[in-house]
Amino acid sequence: MALSLAIRDVDAGYGAVRALHGVSLGIRDGETVALLGTNGNGKSTLMKCIMGMVRPTRGSVTLEIDGARHDLVRLSTEEIVNLGVAMVPEGRRLFPKLTVEENLLLGAFRPLARADIGKNLAFCFEVFPVLVERRRQLAGSLSGGQQQMLAIGRALMSAPRLLLVDEPSVGLAPILVSHTITKIKELKERYGLTVLMAEQNFHQAIRIADRGYIIVHGEIVFEGDVAALEQNELVKNYYLGSAA
Amino acid sequence: MKSAAFWGALAAIFAAGLALTGAVANEYYYNALYLILQAALMAIAWNILGGFTGYVNFGSAGFFAIGAYTTVALNKALGLPLPLLILAGGAVGGLVGLGLGYLTLRLKGVYFAIATLAMAIVIETLVINWSYVGGAKGTYILTPEKHLWFDSYIQMLFVVMLLLTLAAVAISRMLSSSRIGRGLAAIRDDEVAAECAGVPTLRLKLVSTTVMGAMMGVAGAPFPFFVTFVDPSSAFNLFIAVNAIAMPMIGGTAHWLGPVIGALLVGTTQEIVKVTVSSEMNVLIVGVMLVVFITLAPQGIVGLARKHLRRRKP
Repeated sequence: MALSLAIRDVDAGYGAVRALHGVSLGIRDGETVALLGTNGNGKSTLMKCIMGMVRPTRGSVTLEIDGARHDLVRLSTEEIVNLGVAMVPEGRRLFPKLTVEENLLLGAFRPLARADIGKNLAFCFEVFPVLVERRRQLAGSLSGGQQQMLAIGRALMSAPRLLLVDEPSVGLAPILVSHTITKIKELKERYGLTVLMAEQNFHQAIRIADRGYIIVHGEIVFEGDVAALEQNELVKNYYLGSAA
Repeated sequence: MKSAAFWGALAAIFAAGLALTGAVANEYYYNALYLILQAALMAIAWNILGGFTGYVNFGSAGFFAIGAYTTVALNKALGLPLPLLILAGGAVGGLVGLGLGYLTLRLKGVYFAIATLAMAIVIETLVINWSYVGGAKGTYILTPEKHLWFDSYIQMLFVVMLLLTLAAVAISRMLSSSRIGRGLAAIRDDEVAAECAGVPTLRLKLVSTTVMGAMMGVAGAPFPFFVTFVDPSSAFNLFIAVNAIAMPMIGGTAHWLGPVIGALLVGTTQEIVKVTVSSEMNVLIVGVMLVVFITLAPQGIVGLARKHLRRRKP
């Protein structure tokens, strides 16, 4: 039961714009890895490369799961979801005109997850009790924090092994950001998920991360464990703005 | 609606249609009903892509004409019986729908709509230059002598169209309440999110265009026998496309019942005004109704009814 993701020398972009330059990144089983960087540095693009929604022009993305190697560059998004990778997209992107329950059921579209749909739904409601009372309500009418819970719940419905979370803090009040991050940590610990989280909020992200990468202008400029990150000059310069 | 009640209602409507052919001899009524049912079938088909999936198709007339001209060509070449012609119309319509899907579904919103309109024009140009099926000057179709046990051919055509429309209603309802329907709704709401959730978006969109194309081809297949003279300007009439869009909008696009209600309302009004005033009023009727419904009931009649029901039970 091992899982690992290896990204090697990936270049990717949109038309003439290159958003990633030779990015390499690795995730090992059971880790929580934070991908840190401010807006427009390529975090979301890297997430989309893993999900097969943006095709790298160079480099490889390989998922090793239970001894089998999968070249994600060649697979479609639904095939990648089928392997057990799920993403909570930036800005949540729920289906606003569908109910909470329908949103969750849509998370279980992958054939493997369909068999366990009842179990997974019960699990989601257990993790996020607020969703139970709102199950018949339209997703668009939930508050920001509840929407984030639903977005994570929807991703969990596919019973993923690797969870990608793209900027869970966007558009949330600080207390809700903290709550969301704590939930992710709880999920990870209880169910042995492997997590890659893109985040701008350095302090919140390193609360739960084992390791982190800092991405600036589409290049990884630093990688290390949390202690190293906290000590790092780069973080202070690029991130916390302490250097003038 | 419960399943038993739904199938019961379909059977009752079909029985009522059969009973009508025994009771009423005046051919006008079958003419009018045929046109209303044809519009309903087109509206139901349009709604599968336009309403459930959220892709607006302006090229409905093209698919309709594919069905009609498949009949013209195969009738002339092989003299096939009507049921086979309908199947053939559906098959060709479905194939073109699949092709349209492959070629254009990377386009979104307005761009997709323009592409569908362009497709209809391309097919029309092909037909205009295809002299075997009459080209620009059109062609006559002789209605067969045989009309089962019915008194006239038009009575039989009416019953056939009723059967096809009821089948389309059943398919549309099954599609909307299934896992596929939920996937289509996800595509309509947010395609990127649908993809993230593992919904096979391309495949579902192709299912949607194929079913739509097939239904529209089926709707067009009996048309040559109904009018007995087909030319490109009647088979590719823009009015067919306008009705196919307007009727679901007026009835409500989110629910399978929407296009049926819209088609019954608009189609019946059109037929009544056609005999009392003039058929020139038809476009005006659609236009006025569309404006009224979009301003007063943007979710259509079904949306209006739902809102009302929700308000009554707190």
